[in-house]
Amino acid sequence: MGMAAAESPFHVLAVDDSLIDRKLIERLLRTSSYQVTTVDSGSKALEFLGLNENDESNPSTPSVSPNNHHQEVEVNLVITDYCMPGMTGYDLLKKIKESSSLRNIPVVIMSSENVPSRINRCLEEGAEEFFLKPVRLSDLNKLKPHMKKTKLKDQKQGTEDKLDNSEVQQLQPQQQIQNDLQEAPKPQDPQPESESHLEQPQQSLQQANNKRKTIEQGLSPETDRTRPRYSGIATVV
Amino acid sequence: MDTNHSRRQLAAMKQSLFDQGLLDEQFIQLEELQDDANPNFVEEIVTLHYRDSSRLISSIEQALKERNLDFNKLDTLMHQFKGSSSSIGAKKVKAECNLFREYCRAGNAEGCMRSFQQLKKEHAALRKKLEAYFQVSRV
Repeated sequence: MGMAAAESPFHVLAVDDSLIDRKLIERLLRTSSYQVTTVDSGSKALEFLGLNENDESNPSTPSVSPNNHHQEVEVNLVITDYCMPGMTGYDLLKKIKESSSLRNIPVVIMSSENVPSRINRCLEEGAEEFFLKPVRLSDLNKLKPHMKKTKLKDQKQGTEDKLDNSEVQQLQPQQQIQNDLQEAPKPQDPQPESESHLEQPQQSLQQANNKRKTIEQGLSPETDRTRPRYSGIATVV
Repeated sequence: MDTNHSRRQLAAMKQSLFDQGLLDEQFIQLEELQDDANPNFVEEIVTLHYRDSSRLISSIEQALKERNLDFNKLDTLMHQFKGSSSSIGAKKVKAECNLFREYCRAGNAEGCMRSFQQLKKEHAALRKKLEAYFQVSRV
C-alpha cells in the first residue's frame, strides 16, 4: 500500500473579503477534509500562488516570494468570491488562467447574486464551477473531480523521478471515472429551493458533465495544459 | 435532568424561529458544521455576523444622513449586509435587505429610509432571540 503515502490532502486556497464568509468556507472545506488557506483579496491570493501581480514571474521583486520556490505549497484549487473590492473574483480567475504556471489550477467562483451573464462569463473564462452563496457542504462534493485531475497531472509530471508511479497512474483514472459516474447524475438540490438555486445546478452540472466526459475519454484532453506547473524551475521566463 | 429540559427548550426555541420565518435552512447548515472539535461554531459565526452587521448599520446610517444620497454606496453596503445575514440564515432580515436594495435602485430615498428602519428592527429582534437561544444552549 505504498501509494497511500503519496496521497496528501488536497489544498484549497479560499479568497473572500468577508471575514464571516472566510470562516464559513474554511469550515466547510476542513469538514470535507481539505487543507485550507484563506486570504482576503485577489492580490494576496496571487502572492500566495507565487505570482507577481504585474508580470508573470519576476524573481527580482523583493515583496513577493520567488515564483518557483513558493510552489512547495501546492494549491489544488482556488475558490473565490466574485464581488471583492479591487480585484474581483473574475479578475483573479483571468490572471490565473493567463498565467502559464498557474492556469492548470481549477478555479471556482462564489457569488451571492444569481446573474446568468456573470455565471456564463466566469465559466467561459475557465471557472470549473460557480456556486451560489451561502455555499453548502453538498456543493463541495463537486470539487474533488477537479482537484484529482490536477493531482494526476502532477503525478504524470513526476514519472521520471518516481519509479513506482506507474501503479498509481493506473489506479487513479479508474477511481476517478468511478467517482464521476457516481457523482454525475445527481442533481444538486433535492429540496424545494428558491429559483436562484435552481439555475446553478444547470449551469455547473452542464459544464461539469462536459469536463467529465473528456475525463472518461481517457484523461487530459488538454494535454498541452499538462505543461509543467510544479517543475517550477522550468517556468521561469 | 436539566439538560433534557434545556434541550427540549432549545428545540422549541429553534422551531419557533423557523415558524416565524426568522431563520432559514442556512442555520441548519451551520449546525451541521458543528461538532465536538468545533462545539461553538454556530455561535461564533453568529457573533461574527453581529460584529459585521453593526458596523455596516452605522455606515449605512451615516450614508443616509447625507444631503444627496449616494445610492450606489448604499447598495454596496447593503449587499455586504445581506451577504452576512444570508450566511447565518437570517431570512426576514435578508428580505428587508432586498427591499432596501430595490429602493436604492429606484433612487427612492424615502423608501430607503423606511425600509432601513424596519430592517434595524428585524435585525435587533433576531439578535435578541439568538442571544437567548445561545444562552440556553450553554446550560
